[in-house]
Amino acid sequence: MRISLRAAALASVAVLAAAGCSGTADPTTTGGAGPLAGQSLEVAGTWSGTEQESFQQVLDAFATKTGATVKYTSGGDDLAALINSRLAGGSPPDVALIPQPGVVNEFARKGAIKELTGEAATAVAANFSPAWQQLGSVDGKLYGVYFKVANKSVVWYRTDKFAEAGVQPPATWEDFVKVTKTLADAGISPMAVPGGDGWTLTDWFENVYLRVGGSENYDKLSRHEIAWTDPTVVQTLQLLGQYWGDAKAVQGGAKGAVQLKFTQSIADVFGEKPQSAMLFEGDFVAAEINKLGKVKVGEGAKFFDWPAVNGSKPAVVTAGDQAVAFKDSPAAQQLIAFLASPEAAKIMAAKGGFLSANKNLDTKAYPDPTTVALAESVVKADLLRFDLSDLTPQTFGGGTGASMWRLLQDFLTNPADPAGTAAKLEAAAKKDFGGK
Amino acid sequence: MTRASEPVGEVVTAVAVHGSQAPVDGQTPTAAPRADRPGAPGARSARREGQPWKDKLTSVWFLAPAVIVLLTLVAYPIVYTVWLSLHSSDGASFVGIDNYVRMFTAPETRHAIVNNIVWVVVAPSLVTAMGLVFAVLIERVRLASVFKAVVFMPMAISFLAAGVTFRMVYDESPDRGLLNAAVVTVHDAFSPPSQYFGARPRDGAPLTEAAGGFETTATTGTTVLMPLVGLPQDRVPADAVPAAAPPGGGLAGVVWLDFTPGGGGTAGVIDPVERGLPAITVQALRDGAVVATTQTGPDGRFAFAGLADGGYTVRLSPDNFTAPFNGVTWLGPSLVTPSIILAYIWIWAGFAMVLITAGLSAIPRDALEAARVDGASEWQVFRRVTVPLVRPVLVVVLVTLTINVLKIFDLVMVLAPESSQDDANVIALQMYRVSFGGGLDFGLGSALGVLLFLLVLPAMLFNIRRMRREQR
Repeated sequence: MRISLRAAALASVAVLAAAGCSGTADPTTTGGAGPLAGQSLEVAGTWSGTEQESFQQVLDAFATKTGATVKYTSGGDDLAALINSRLAGGSPPDVALIPQPGVVNEFARKGAIKELTGEAATAVAANFSPAWQQLGSVDGKLYGVYFKVANKSVVWYRTDKFAEAGVQPPATWEDFVKVTKTLADAGISPMAVPGGDGWTLTDWFENVYLRVGGSENYDKLSRHEIAWTDPTVVQTLQLLGQYWGDAKAVQGGAKGAVQLKFTQSIADVFGEKPQSAMLFEGDFVAAEINKLGKVKVGEGAKFFDWPAVNGSKPAVVTAGDQAVAFKDSPAAQQLIAFLASPEAAKIMAAKGGFLSANKNLDTKAYPDPTTVALAESVVKADLLRFDLSDLTPQTFGGGTGASMWRLLQDFLTNPADPAGTAAKLEAAAKKDFGGK
Repeated sequence: MTRASEPVGEVVTAVAVHGSQAPVDGQTPTAAPRADRPGAPGARSARREGQPWKDKLTSVWFLAPAVIVLLTLVAYPIVYTVWLSLHSSDGASFVGIDNYVRMFTAPETRHAIVNNIVWVVVAPSLVTAMGLVFAVLIERVRLASVFKAVVFMPMAISFLAAGVTFRMVYDESPDRGLLNAAVVTVHDAFSPPSQYFGARPRDGAPLTEAAGGFETTATTGTTVLMPLVGLPQDRVPADAVPAAAPPGGGLAGVVWLDFTPGGGGTAGVIDPVERGLPAITVQALRDGAVVATTQTGPDGRFAFAGLADGGYTVRLSPDNFTAPFNGVTWLGPSLVTPSIILAYIWIWAGFAMVLITAGLSAIPRDALEAARVDGASEWQVFRRVTVPLVRPVLVVVLVTLTINVLKIFDLVMVLAPESSQDDANVIALQMYRVSFGGGLDFGLGSALGVLLFLLVLPAMLFNIRRMRREQR
């Protein structure tokens, strides 16, 4: 029998072929003359597509200014996994823009990231408010600068659908529920909930929780200093459960929602064949609406601030990508200093879909009044809190399969038992937060 | 030749090592049969002059690169993985078999192991069966090579791309998902959705749901108001006109869409622009039995003629509101693993087919002919002659696929949506998730890696033994 030998060979070739089809071409910007001429830097981030293109222009500007060669690597949703494996292999990127402070904390404690000193520290002190500096510090040492921030307390809606049902943007939770009901009565699916991406559900939770539990409890919960079985958590889940549990309120019902990806949900609301009237997610939805090009942001697509619960004060859940240095090189520090400057923020602000926490950035840099309004609510908010799930350990709130993502997806599918879900969250938190 | 080949090999090896009186020309009677057995040990060295140390040195030189590569890329990682698996998540402290205990007690990993078992039991045998069917059938058609190329084509696609493609095939929405589009089309051909699906009574209206329809009680002489909402304006039939309350007398009423476009209407009241809903089947019931049936007009009005005075139940029959069939949730918790296995079969059936075709072409035709001459039916020929003759190839395919399936990762990673990834989890994916996806638990990850290695080992050993046997 010769065939079997050939079979084995063929099989191994096939496996190799299947395994070998990966790898992406990463864009590289080659610098010219300058103080960093000949040096090369690698920057890793989660951005891809339009955001990557815009960020590339910022890197280009840095390259032109300093002469360094900058390469951008996109890690997507699994950026932390990428950096971890690169760290394990001993070749981390020079600088990374990490969206989860929890991950940054872990890196800082392990000594993987370097404290910002000199030029970088000066730039951060000059351009950012103490609150943002605080968010970029671990144990009192400055490690990161928030280059991009998000306003995650807005609900986007189609003006035509609202007009058809004759409803106005709600200001309170009761109105919000009423608007939802009226839309459903008009035969319009009110809300797209992209439960296929667990992080969107954590944002729902955080917005309600910040208003139900208040800032103090919010901070405590993020550090697991109060239990997830706390009455405020249960009450939050009850409100969410009542909303999500109404099959008329959620596009496709719970079963459909849990299959719906975030990008698809934007197309389902603001695309060619609109299915729903509202979509909750951060300011970055605007860029995607523009990309679809079916309705104009500010005309066909508008936003309202997250409704107040029981008379709560205006509050904003924010998020952001924090630039941290994995190498203690002058080039890395210079790049971070550049990212902290209004100059870098201005380049990306002009592209749209970008908000900066840089207090020295002129709001004229933003392309339209909607973006200005979104940015101002972040800069001027009385109550500003960082996305809670991103503050928790990675296994709890920071990635695909994370406990909070998973449990909220399960809750969306079956919202009958808020107390039970709270108990499961607490059990997961006990495990994921370690000894705390 | 009467001598067995093994002793010859031994003798030759011994001769080569001792270097005395080695057959030089390769034409001696004992050497002749060896020459056409390229795999026989010692065949080559026997032809060389003596100088055993030089031979040894040369062989060491030739072996060195392969040995170094094997040691660094295979042996060392295996040992290191085992070492890691006995240590804590960051490799700092020794924890014994703790990771292994956790592996079998944690529900997520247990689920992954169970899924892997399902995969191993189902996927290789189905792929092999499909391959066999394709191979036997394709032999009989003209343009066989074209068919073969088509069936083999998916092998040229990476798992990642195939995963993305199947993600679209399995999409929940019938507008996007190919499979659901087909399922819905077939379903609708037999039971189409009704015109007014999704419509429901206005809150507060005295209508209750009964078996998918809506009903209320009324006595003759009163007007039955049946306000419905939840219907998009564009699904109101074109012939509908603004609703009007019927004049009194008999049992009569009106079904209308109680929602003023743009808002402003009063609930439960027929506002001027609100349209009636035509062609709705309305039933009058008395004591649970239907006594009269009628349909609404363009203004939504209905009236039952010739009913005796008294109380009735007026029901909008359920078939007005049959909801559309929205397809199957292929990637939901219950169907996700079968769906991914189906995609796997699509990719690998071609591979099995090509190997089995090769096996088929090697079997003696006269055996098949003999069976046919003896009056065997085609099925009997297939069952009793073809299959036993290609059995060795089937075993090769099955074992290769088993190894492959045990390691399955990319297809599950890409195809399973986040919300059902837990339900589709397999060992390799779980290994990645615990090590890199969050917890950075290299200990548990390595333990899973060792488990995977141990599971693949029997199949590997089987393959190696079989290959050895064939070489002899």
